[in-house]
Amino acid sequence: MSRRAPPGPLDYGRRLWLRFSLWATFLFLYAPILMLVAFSFNDSRRNIVWRGFTLKYYEKAWNNDSLIEAFTNSLTIALVSTVASVILGMMTAVLLWRFRFPGKAPYEGAMSLPIIIPEICMGVAMMAFFARIGWPANLPWPLNLGAITIAHISFSFPFVAMVVRARLARFNPELEEAARDLGASQWQSFRDVLLPYMRPGLVAGGLLAFTLSLDDFVITFFTSGPETVTFPVKVYSMIRFSVTPEVNAASTVLIAITLFLTTIALWLQNRAQSS
Amino acid sequence: MVRDPHGRPPIISINGVSKSFPGGVQALADISIEVAEGEFFALLGPSGCGKTTLLRILAGFETPSKGDVFIDGRNMSRVAPNHRPVNMVFQSYAVFPHMTVAENVAYGLKVGGGDRSGIPARVEEALELVRLAGYGDRSPQQLSGGQTQRVALARALVKKPRVLLLDEPLSALDAKLREAMQLELVRLQETVGITFVIVTHDQNEALSMADRIAVIEQGRLLQVASPLELYEYPTSRFVADFIGKMNLFEGTNLGCAGGVLSVNVNGLGRMDIPCEDNIEGDVGLAVRPEKMLLYDHRPDDRLAYEAIVDKIAYQGSETRVFLSTGDGINFEVSVRNASRRAAAESASGSVWVAWHPADTLILRD
Amino acid sequence: MESWRRNPLTFWVFALPPSLWLAVFFLAPLALVWMMSFGEKVGLIDIVISWRPDNYLRAMDPLYLQIFLKSFWFAGLTTAVCLVMGFLVAVAITFAPPRRRPLLLLLVMLPFWTNLLIRTYALIAVFRTKGLVNFGLEQMWEWSQSVLQGVGLGDLGLLGPEFEPLQLLYNNFAVVAGLVYVHLPFMVLPLYAALDRMDRSFIEASLDLGAGHIRTFFSVVIPLAMPGIVSGIIITFVPALGSFLTPDLLGGTDSQMIANVIERQFKSANDWPFGAALSFILMYVTFIAIALRSLWAGRARRGSAA
Repeated sequence: MSRRAPPGPLDYGRRLWLRFSLWATFLFLYAPILMLVAFSFNDSRRNIVWRGFTLKYYEKAWNNDSLIEAFTNSLTIALVSTVASVILGMMTAVLLWRFRFPGKAPYEGAMSLPIIIPEICMGVAMMAFFARIGWPANLPWPLNLGAITIAHISFSFPFVAMVVRARLARFNPELEEAARDLGASQWQSFRDVLLPYMRPGLVAGGLLAFTLSLDDFVITFFTSGPETVTFPVKVYSMIRFSVTPEVNAASTVLIAITLFLTTIALWLQNRAQSS
Repeated sequence: MVRDPHGRPPIISINGVSKSFPGGVQALADISIEVAEGEFFALLGPSGCGKTTLLRILAGFETPSKGDVFIDGRNMSRVAPNHRPVNMVFQSYAVFPHMTVAENVAYGLKVGGGDRSGIPARVEEALELVRLAGYGDRSPQQLSGGQTQRVALARALVKKPRVLLLDEPLSALDAKLREAMQLELVRLQETVGITFVIVTHDQNEALSMADRIAVIEQGRLLQVASPLELYEYPTSRFVADFIGKMNLFEGTNLGCAGGVLSVNVNGLGRMDIPCEDNIEGDVGLAVRPEKMLLYDHRPDDRLAYEAIVDKIAYQGSETRVFLSTGDGINFEVSVRNASRRAAAESASGSVWVAWHPADTLILRD
Repeated sequence: MESWRRNPLTFWVFALPPSLWLAVFFLAPLALVWMMSFGEKVGLIDIVISWRPDNYLRAMDPLYLQIFLKSFWFAGLTTAVCLVMGFLVAVAITFAPPRRRPLLLLLVMLPFWTNLLIRTYALIAVFRTKGLVNFGLEQMWEWSQSVLQGVGLGDLGLLGPEFEPLQLLYNNFAVVAGLVYVHLPFMVLPLYAALDRMDRSFIEASLDLGAGHIRTFFSVVIPLAMPGIVSGIIITFVPALGSFLTPDLLGGTDSQMIANVIERQFKSANDWPFGAALSFILMYVTFIAIALRSLWAGRARRGSAA
């Protein structure tokens, strides 16, 4: 019979109190979310006692037109913002990675501003900006989402740039030189070598941009009008009224979407690393 | 001067090339080299000496601050890397990780445009040349270091360049494989007949592969010569010391008469060395450790000095013996272990270190 | 890296679109708010830029100073709690079996990818009067009561006449708990990165030289993990300081933070110039925190080089 050896001096991972604190933290992090998911299926309006499985809150959420509209708005904004952020972020990353130019340090500082300044500051700035330039309010869908989308691109693309640049930092410049040496033009070596190399970063950055956009409440809260409600803004106003299982159902759907996207991102990343 | 038996113009001619980087770092100072067609040419020097910069100037990744480079008779000043008749094997090999071996080799043929029908055959031929036939569908991640290097070679050679540039091609390989690849590279060069220019910091590599070697130190070209000439007749202290081992002595020039140079060596006294022309000013004298012999009595036809054995380092094929005289002059002598018995018997105590005066080098730089 | 002059066309192709976007849709709005912060409201909606610092002076009013202090206190407390919890988690992950580490890291990161609003909302369900915590406490209360009953002490009312739910929501506790809940992953990542990079032999050397585990932790692990600790503190403190949603949803009337005041100026109070000044003060504080970090990093680099 093999008995488990006692923990070695550096086997902190097997010490009980440390394991306990790890699992306590996970409980703290996950219990609320799991509760939320569980109660979206609970056949009871306010009590936390389990009264049986039901999908009626999903049905309700599905039939709530304004909720669905907000959801559609959120997805549309996230999609457009992601595409634009990936392109702009890629350009920024390549620019900062490849070139020396005067004023580069302040330029980098300005590029990281959207990442570091508090959301509230960016939110009010966007609100004031669009009010000042007189952004038209009554555009038809989806043009009425323009202001929110622009704001989302502004805070997303520096994140994409950061992710892509981190990947580029490990790029072996000899690869691009090899392409040039073998006769590729600048554009060909960019297309054939640098772009494929950046792809995992672009995908990861894209998913990050998508999640950031889908997730954003504060900045959207300041740029949205009564006609342009996104999902988080809608959920916010619902919460302000009351805590209902309907919100739970809608939230669960959003959590599922984010989980799905995160899984894809991680899977892609793993595949990129193992191949 | 380039010794081309057919009197052809040199394939590479580097004319007074200097390169300084922003921040005032002078990487190369007034380098002029000519490389003959079909030569296996090595740029040798310690790391950071500028040899890689020179190679990158040939490839077109750096532009010289001064001077010109001609390849195949054409001035390369305004020619982009993708239009030069040279190809390069990079230090990291730079084999594209997202392409298969065959796609890597075919890349240079595809981006050039033109007829694509012959590409697969040429790729297969190139892979055969580097003994990687059948590896075409593999991903570079599945290859060993040596195989990756062969892919890089095939990828460059398939373009049939006028000159193949190799940047420290063997530095990433382990010792055994490195030796095998040295022979392989020489074989390859003889097969394809392309001019090879290789950058290396490893003197053994340069000596065993190259037809001629250029030694570069701190951006300056010190000597261009064949391996034998470089080892036996270095012209400067740096080259003498950098290539192989060397006992160096400093002395005062007492004058040259009748083909004999007399030098008063600090701590050893007067030495008479045969010399060809008149030499003035202070000189350094140098003797290779393997040219020195150990005697238990004073031999009469050589320069000989009595010394005490300090330390012995047995190294298999040879034994290195470290000695010193009473005046604090140190010798390093290498003794070939021609038999097991000789290997077991090691010198000790007081012995005579002796060498033939003709094996003494006179260094003026 | 090459000079832009060597390749001006490529440079401009890559430089222009993102630079223009940043200038027009980010820097211009910020500049506008900055100018506005030196303006004053005339009438209902008109703002005149008078270039007077009145709004900043008004922010020094004790009423607002107190809110600033409160924000600092909340963010600082949050950072401290996150640091302790984060260190435990980071150490536990670092010393977990290598195959399990990615999964554990993922488990820490996953809530971070879940919508902030939803997470905050989930906390409400846990903390409210009839929420999970109080439900659990009530169960325990009833169970203890029945035990007391069983031993014949039930009538003494030792546990009070009936269960009184804890007030966990709409107060300072809820805000700090919510901030910790939201920001913990920010702290774990840099700490884990620092610990993971650390050579185990430092710890072994310290133990070998006779130090105990606790001594080793304080005199070897913490100093070596300092860059990670400083990063963690900054990237937890800065967003916590500017939090809007957590105090808005979980806080009571006296647990408002600076972002809530800014929001009120822009939405209900409609005093944009004052809100602009407040948001720029918040931004300056953020910049100072980040500058302190780079200052620290620079000093540490010089220190290790010397």
